[in-house]
Amino acid sequence: MQASIEKRIRSVFQIPRKGETYELRSGLVSQYAYERKDAIQRTIAAMTLGKDVSALFPDVLKNIATPDIEQKKLVYLYLMNYAKSHPDLCILAVNTFVQDSEDSNPLVRALAIRTMGCIRVDKIVDYMEEPLRKTLKDDSPYVRKTAAICVAKLFDLNPNLVIENGFLATLQEMIGDANPMVIANAVSALTEIQEAAPETNAFAVNADILKKLLLALNECTEWGRITILTSIADYRTADTREAEHICERVVPQFQHVNPSVVLAAVKTILCHIHLLDPELQKQYLDKMSPPLVTLAVSAPEVQYVALRNINIILQKYPDILSNQLRIFFCKYNDPLYLKVEKLDIMIRLANSRNVDTLLSELKEYALEVDMDFVKRAVRAIGQCAIKIESSAQRCVNVLLDLINTKVNYVVQESVIVMRDVLRRYPGYGGVIPTLCQGIDELDEPEARGAMIWIVGEYADKIDNADEILSTFIEGFLDETTQVQLQLLTATVKLFLLKPQNAQPLVQKVLQTITNECDNADLRDRAYIYWRLLSTNSQTTKDIIMSKKPPVKDVIQHLPPPVLEELLRELSTLASVYHKPAETFIGQGRFGADALQRKALEEQAQLAQEEPIQVSAKAGNLENLLDIDFDVEPVAPPTAGVANINLGFNKNSARTSPPIDLNQPQQFRSHVEDLLGMFD
Amino acid sequence: MASAIYFLDLKGKPLLSRNYRGDVPMSAVDKFPILLLDAEEESSVVPPCFSHEGINYLYIRHSNLYILALTKRNSNAAEILLFLHKVVQVLTEYFKELEEESIRDNFVIIYELLDELMDFGYPQTTETKILKEYITQQSHQLEVQPRPPIAVTNAVSWRSEGIRYRKNEVFLDVIESVNLLVSSTGAVLRSEILGSVKLKCYLSGMPELRLGLNDRVMFENSGRSSRGKSIEMEDVKFHQCVRLSRFENDRTISFIPPDGEFELMSYRLNTQVKPLIWVDCAVQMHAGSRIEFAINARAQFKRRSTANNVEITIPVPDDADTPKFRTSVGTVHYAPEKAAIVWKIKHFGGGKEFTMRAELGLPSVKETDPDRKKRPINVKFEIPYFTTSGIQVRYLKIIEPKLQYPSLPWVRYITQSGDDYTVRLP
Repeated sequence: MQASIEKRIRSVFQIPRKGETYELRSGLVSQYAYERKDAIQRTIAAMTLGKDVSALFPDVLKNIATPDIEQKKLVYLYLMNYAKSHPDLCILAVNTFVQDSEDSNPLVRALAIRTMGCIRVDKIVDYMEEPLRKTLKDDSPYVRKTAAICVAKLFDLNPNLVIENGFLATLQEMIGDANPMVIANAVSALTEIQEAAPETNAFAVNADILKKLLLALNECTEWGRITILTSIADYRTADTREAEHICERVVPQFQHVNPSVVLAAVKTILCHIHLLDPELQKQYLDKMSPPLVTLAVSAPEVQYVALRNINIILQKYPDILSNQLRIFFCKYNDPLYLKVEKLDIMIRLANSRNVDTLLSELKEYALEVDMDFVKRAVRAIGQCAIKIESSAQRCVNVLLDLINTKVNYVVQESVIVMRDVLRRYPGYGGVIPTLCQGIDELDEPEARGAMIWIVGEYADKIDNADEILSTFIEGFLDETTQVQLQLLTATVKLFLLKPQNAQPLVQKVLQTITNECDNADLRDRAYIYWRLLSTNSQTTKDIIMSKKPPVKDVIQHLPPPVLEELLRELSTLASVYHKPAETFIGQGRFGADALQRKALEEQAQLAQEEPIQVSAKAGNLENLLDIDFDVEPVAPPTAGVANINLGFNKNSARTSPPIDLNQPQQFRSHVEDLLGMFD
Repeated sequence: MASAIYFLDLKGKPLLSRNYRGDVPMSAVDKFPILLLDAEEESSVVPPCFSHEGINYLYIRHSNLYILALTKRNSNAAEILLFLHKVVQVLTEYFKELEEESIRDNFVIIYELLDELMDFGYPQTTETKILKEYITQQSHQLEVQPRPPIAVTNAVSWRSEGIRYRKNEVFLDVIESVNLLVSSTGAVLRSEILGSVKLKCYLSGMPELRLGLNDRVMFENSGRSSRGKSIEMEDVKFHQCVRLSRFENDRTISFIPPDGEFELMSYRLNTQVKPLIWVDCAVQMHAGSRIEFAINARAQFKRRSTANNVEITIPVPDDADTPKFRTSVGTVHYAPEKAAIVWKIKHFGGGKEFTMRAELGLPSVKETDPDRKKRPINVKFEIPYFTTSGIQVRYLKIIEPKLQYPSLPWVRYITQSGDDYTVRLP
């Protein structure tokens, strides 16, 4: 009995003598070097395919000391991937790391220090001190630039170690290094440390550092230039002379072939331009226009970032690209996300001089195939009409042409747009007959609502307004709330304008709502109307038919505080999403720390899963259940909690602090409106 | 900065990945295809970067691959997307073609390259020529261990020292691509010239080159009255070897070139271009029976130039059949897979005009939705020894201070159609 249990336990921990793992293992410990290398390659191949080969850890580790640099790289790669699952065994590699960091070949030294930083195991961290100290002072710039980044890696794992050992000070000295790439990496590392722990005051650009950065700028690789430009952009100066100097030195970067260097240069100049005198400001803005246009012809994904950024810049400096409308014409095979962005920019660039060209282009887009794009094109025509008064008539004509195409979604969108145009220019009532022709085509709630609004507003000019409304009212209960609300208001308006034939209609609507609808908004509004109607009809008329202020602008603008923030964030994700960073950088469950923990847990789980696999192979069910129980706390989070959190995040995105700032203002203006009404 | 880089197949299955920072769960990639699908369902506008649960996904597509970067910070999106393009470029230069198969076959070297291209999420060395010096596919055949070339971290990070050629030559190609959009009424809606100066350098040592163009701004700066023609370039972009501050100061283009082939500069002109090949199209639609095209193509450049390999692609309805063509020159064929007819003319002399007539049958059953796909006519061509803008290379000075060898620059001009030389159908 005793013996059989022991045997069973043994079998759990024994690895099967067949299969891929066994083969790899025997290869890894082969006496022939080429066989070992081949086995390592196959192990890495299996790892690449997503197979878990962490069981081979000790055997792979045996191959770490080798003069073959390719093999060494592979072993190091394996180590980085699985170190977490065998933290204790990693210690065996330390010796080789330390030796390699003193190798005669700079490639090996750099490799050792780079890999050590990537093995995120506490025990390794303790041994990093010496190698890092040496490599930071290495003769080879290749090693130094790698070591500079390694300081940031170490800081991420153990900030105290970095400060206690004076690595931070060494890193700061490296800004004065003779080699541009070392400088760039030192700046990257310092920026990261500064961001993670502002209290260290790791990277405070001053006039002296600025000088060094500007000097290194022209010698750097393209990526180094981005880093340096970004840190110059973040530098705050109050000195006009200094700002002038920065702009002067940065402006040549507009000619760089790498679009993100150009964008970084644009950002740097925009961050300092406000200090210059207006004449000079204009000069720099003029110089900015051609490179911005060129950004709009790079690879589509990069173009997208550029266009989103141009959109922001245009909101602050509307004149910057005023003569470049044609550049933003959509190409036939542009991806849709570009076409939509270009459309938005074109509307911002529209003025009375180029509106004709724009309109004929928009009309062309409205006849394309993709529904989303077509709708936006139609909407753009409306925006054009509302933005540029002199073009209104032509815009309306185009819209009428589009309605005559009888393409369902074009007609619907045109009706919605016409509503907005009528809210801006009430005088265009002449188009209503044409709109009414397509009335049966409308099946989207917004389009139906828009049509009903128009009928209600112009009830006195439409002879059969009561007939139109009554057809809608027949199916009242099937409509969406949005349409129901519009129907209610429109019927009341009709009644006020033509009391004689609308009385039964209005009664029917009010009764239906108060008796059969349970939507609070709808019922409340119906009751208000009802009471108003049953009192003095003149006052009722004054209230309901009062003149509303015309719609002035239907183009979306970012609230000024957000705009200012995004201008400083050009080319980052925030500027692409048009949202301040704190709205999408996860918080709570999805926050940076939580994600990191999740990443660690994931690796820990991997380590724990391994015994499960072994035992599964041995067919020991009891054991499997046992371990499974242990693992459970790490198992995926419950969906419910995640959802709640997500909802919370979304909410917080909407009411993020910068937008909040703007709300009191809006609120005040609403109050004023309300007050003004009773004047 | 990127936390991790993935190569995925079109289904979203990871083929190879490199985790640079260990700060995002690698399982986040499993959500990528789902998120992509969700986004597509919601709207046909799917941007190249989006955020989900605190993780940002930035991706590009290349042949049958997605290349994806993850980050949890407010990173530089332009930099990451460009870096992904750069990765594609480097790997393409290594393996000729980058696709699923070549990733599987070369995983060892891809890991090595990913190690050099980026460290802890920060892009490092992305010059293929330099990388090739110490990361090779046959490293085990080398007797000595490779070392990082000095150029990796040098200010001149694109050229190694000690290059030797017996014959020192430079070939300079000026290539202008014309993009044009013509409305159905024949008006030029948009036109631009995208120029590019490409160099093939076979020069010894560390040569200093200076390129002179008939650039109007430089002529004006140096007070030279513009003798002959000069051109005004709207925006110029240079290879990183060109000293940008010198160009900003006195418009001199001076540089130490990389070895071999590279693009020295590109420029853009927005001037109104007269269409070089004018295409005029009349369509007669007999719904339910046939459709007729009458295409007129005219070469509107000087008689002594010739356009080669002219290709005019005319879109036709998807369900057309039994094509019949009549033309005085060139060949026409029907490409049903593109739903188009392609008219090819090998040599198209300046000032000449040709016509082609095509007739295609249509099914008698009419489609309920009329063909609303307004695809434009596309034109391709190349015209050697000719630039549309009139750009000219005035000189290319080559000085190698130590070796002082004689050298030969060769210059060639060519104009071609850009990706977007299109005429809208009426």
